[in-house]
Amino acid sequence: MQLTGAQALVKSLETQGVEVMFGLPGGAILPVYDPIIDSSIRHILARHEQGAGHMAEGYAHVTGRPGVAIVTSGPGATNIVTSLCDAYMDSIPIVVITGQVATAAIGTDAFQEADITGITMGVTKHNWLVTNAADIPRIVAEAFHVATTGRPGPVLVDVPKDVSLQMMEWYWPDSLDMPGYRPPSKPEPALIADAAELILAARRPVIYAGGGVIKSSGSPALARLAELTGIPVVTTLMARGALPDSHPLCLGMPGMHGNYTAVTAMQQADLLIALGSRFDDRVTGKVSAFAPHAKVIHVDIDKAEIGKVRRPEVGIVADARLATEALISALEPRTVTGELRSDRLEDWMGQLRRWQERFPLAYDSPAESEASGASGRLPLLKPQFVIETLRASTPDDTILVSGVGQHQMWASQHWRFEHPNSWVNSGGLGTMGFSVPAAIGAKVGRPDAMVWAVDGDGCFQMTAQELVTASAERIPVKVAILNNAYLGMVRQWQHMFYEERYSEVYLSADLPDYVGWAESMGCVGLKVETPEEVGPAIEKANQIDDRPVVIDFRTDSMEQVYPMVPAGASNDDIVVHPSQASRLAAS
Amino acid sequence: MNKPRHHLLSVLVENKAGVLARVASLFARRGYNIFSLAVAPTDDARFSRISIVVDVESSPLEQVIAQLDKLINVVQISELHPAEAREAELLLVTVSVDADRRAQVIQLAGVFGASVIDVGIDALTVMLAGQPTALDDFENVIASYGIVELQRTGRVALPRLGASRGTSVAGLSAVAN
Repeated sequence: MQLTGAQALVKSLETQGVEVMFGLPGGAILPVYDPIIDSSIRHILARHEQGAGHMAEGYAHVTGRPGVAIVTSGPGATNIVTSLCDAYMDSIPIVVITGQVATAAIGTDAFQEADITGITMGVTKHNWLVTNAADIPRIVAEAFHVATTGRPGPVLVDVPKDVSLQMMEWYWPDSLDMPGYRPPSKPEPALIADAAELILAARRPVIYAGGGVIKSSGSPALARLAELTGIPVVTTLMARGALPDSHPLCLGMPGMHGNYTAVTAMQQADLLIALGSRFDDRVTGKVSAFAPHAKVIHVDIDKAEIGKVRRPEVGIVADARLATEALISALEPRTVTGELRSDRLEDWMGQLRRWQERFPLAYDSPAESEASGASGRLPLLKPQFVIETLRASTPDDTILVSGVGQHQMWASQHWRFEHPNSWVNSGGLGTMGFSVPAAIGAKVGRPDAMVWAVDGDGCFQMTAQELVTASAERIPVKVAILNNAYLGMVRQWQHMFYEERYSEVYLSADLPDYVGWAESMGCVGLKVETPEEVGPAIEKANQIDDRPVVIDFRTDSMEQVYPMVPAGASNDDIVVHPSQASRLAAS
Repeated sequence: MNKPRHHLLSVLVENKAGVLARVASLFARRGYNIFSLAVAPTDDARFSRISIVVDVESSPLEQVIAQLDKLINVVQISELHPAEAREAELLLVTVSVDADRRAQVIQLAGVFGASVIDVGIDALTVMLAGQPTALDDFENVIASYGIVELQRTGRVALPRLGASRGTSVAGLSAVAN
């Protein structure tokens, strides 16, 4: 069967099982858009290529399947670099197809030419420039294989316009010849045995679960390991929901804005069992002062993560789920010998419970704020209250998406995560504007689930135009803007570390008019200013299933995210909510 | 004995467009320093071998190797210890010479086993292939005559016969073909 390169590309995507792709056409990719008309693949027309990239990420986050985006050359391709970098940092499998100028024009500074394989070399797991239409099925197969195996990540396939127009004889490769690509999977038995001994000897152990647990579908195994050993679990920003927050062994989020117990448990631990986590600086704080008494078992599918930040006593290069299951198999027989008696961690669990009682996540009620000297101001909403009300008003399996900043931290802290793959955010890169397009991609991937985006006013202004995409495509996402009229996290740092000198962080609560803007994009727009209105507005939004909804929650700009470990400081120097500071001094 | 500051990595890569750029850009973005680098196809045209001398004071060697091994086109990485490898390098040097010193330079070249490959009115170009340390010695001696230009290739190496076949630190122990 003779096909054009473009037809072969679309047929290759169909053969890979792609159901949906997010994109925006342009000159160099035009030949590929023609067969898309006849394809079984749903195409969702984004309004900006960055949006298409984040939609693909959101889709991949909630489905575990690769997200696909397709854009044109030059600015189309450079616009999606942020999404690629975001996916690279958070190990999200996405496949990006870019058009390229014709082969003969490459290197001539042609119209809309950009060296996108060169530009994205450092932010993709791999990329390909196709020079022959006959290579297309093989390269597409390789691209999906690389994106989804080992440590997942983004890949890019750059297709020159003349290659799309070339004729080729259709085939599908039986096998892939990639001698340099050998993703690991199973753990070394001897290392599992060593790890099991450390676990049995530990008296203050903590499981440090990262995004790799979710990506390996390792949540059930994680729960079994925790229950078998009685070891408490911290779930990082990328692993929220890996163990349900309601699980008695779940300590919640560690790190810069982690809760006191999760942070301090790691600091005091004698053993950290890192599963699919990478000792990110936002978790460790000052590395030399991080978990100083702990031995470390580090499981990661990426060998380069083992010892990159902290040298482990036992480093295991393996899939997090397979390693967790192997640990369970190694430890189960030891219940018979009594070595895993539940009372062996009694002192440690008692200590953790006391910390949880003394230092819960806290925020002032509006009344307390006014009483503490802020009188004269309007009683503004507490952002944490909005998130707690949202959680209480939405189904258990709601998917929560966030942007980056204060609202992201409050969402991670105050939402109750009960399922893996139900939390979508930009962790490593910290990409403002991530939430609206990522929520759209998530809703496309999980149309059965309710999808709420919690966004900041600064973030919303970066990518809000994708709500036009959502309206046009009937993708009913819901957006809660925590509108505090500021670039809140930057303001918080200026508040705490720059003597309250607020440089270029004020945005205005009323400009733009969020309700009017939402309505103009085909959404329902609502504004909420008082605590009494919060619940009813959310209920109203929950009833709407034929278009997107945006709620403009007017929140208190004075609110800070607590706890906080100042950048570069030791996790021992955690700053708790002011109402708890005296308890910290006493403990 | 001091730990050597430099390590030689022999990196077998797929012989495809852009592979050298991938290796070089990885070193650049991770902040690793390359002391020297030589690359050419192997006897099997599907593969090239890159000999990289890495300055390991910039970062731990195992981290460099682990990151390098993540590149899809990198097939195998071997660390070649000087004691277990035959290393060689090529040096070209143009030296300014007047009539008096011309014979001295030619004689010196002969002592080192170098050959004169170009002769000008007031300059000679000399080529020396050999062990990098021998090249260092020659360079030091010849410098006193006034170097106009000097170019070294960077070292290449293969495991010593009779020694183990290098330390395969990542990748396949042998490439199937």
